[in-house]
Amino acid sequence: MSSFQGKALSWEMKAGVIELALHRDPCNEIGSLTLEELEQFTEALEKLQSDAHALILYSTQKAGFCAGADLRELYHRSQGMAKNDAVAGIREFLERIHRVMNAIDAAPLTTIAAVHGVTFGGGFELALVSDLIIADKMARFCFPELRLGLVPGFGGIPRLKRDLGNGVVRDLLLTGRSFNSTKAQQVGLVSQVVGEGEALRAARATAAQLGKFDRRTAIAAKQFIKPIPYDELRKEIDIFCELFAHPAVEVGLRKFVESTDAQPYLP
Amino acid sequence: MRTADQTLDEILNLAAAHFKVSREKLTPDDDFFKTLGIDSLQALDLLTKLEHHFHVELPDYEMQGVSDFRTLAERIQSRL
Repeated sequence: MSSFQGKALSWEMKAGVIELALHRDPCNEIGSLTLEELEQFTEALEKLQSDAHALILYSTQKAGFCAGADLRELYHRSQGMAKNDAVAGIREFLERIHRVMNAIDAAPLTTIAAVHGVTFGGGFELALVSDLIIADKMARFCFPELRLGLVPGFGGIPRLKRDLGNGVVRDLLLTGRSFNSTKAQQVGLVSQVVGEGEALRAARATAAQLGKFDRRTAIAAKQFIKPIPYDELRKEIDIFCELFAHPAVEVGLRKFVESTDAQPYLP
Repeated sequence: MRTADQTLDEILNLAAAHFKVSREKLTPDDDFFKTLGIDSLQALDLLTKLEHHFHVELPDYEMQGVSDFRTLAERIQSRL
């Protein structure tokens, strides 16, 4: 289907450009609902991609592109479950989200994430599957997972290692600090920094330019320069599940869920 | 090189403009979460504004426990 209106996201295709909009309150937290709709999207993408040359991912939420995994859902679902069952549940979720991320990462068209505001954790990982990231100057990028006793689980580490120098990867992961858009561009993560509210416009202008190139050449170039690190992605799931079984994770999740701050994002 | 007082004054001006609060209502020792009525997400916006304005990087963890403009100004001044 060339357009879709869901509860967490929507998409439509116009003039060879697919636009995927995230629109779940408060900041596109990725839980089971978003995952189901992302799976519907990747299924539709297989049919749409023959008529499209570009895909733009963006958010309509004021707070930002995506705040990452839905930690409240994760906490409440794992409560009352035996530890082994909780770990099995999280592994199944990760396997599914990895299939979605890998499909977008490898899609035979040029993908652009147009980001603003909070681009944290799983949201950062969603941006990382894109070929290009165009950032509003107020965007911030962060992997805060270590404060929960976890590592990123949606493919962030292997993709960061693919795209950036290892020192930058260590800085992001081990300190949990956030980078602003200027810093993100300096380290090679972001291709363009634009004014506030301009990321989607710039992404559309870029997508229009991409439409001028021979499609087969663009696909060949992408496949040559952007390998999917499948082995490391599998390893990341294993490490995440191993860490998820530790009691520190439940403590960290509870602290997050019980925070009185409406948006407890500061690492 | 800015003086500490200049840095503090610029932060107060910038916070007032960004959060649309009268500059006269802001004083250096105010708890900016309360005075500006902001949560930690909006505090991140303020951090981003300040980093761009002063051309510095201020790691989030240096903001932990900081809730008044004067201490915030000291943190930024140490990176100028």
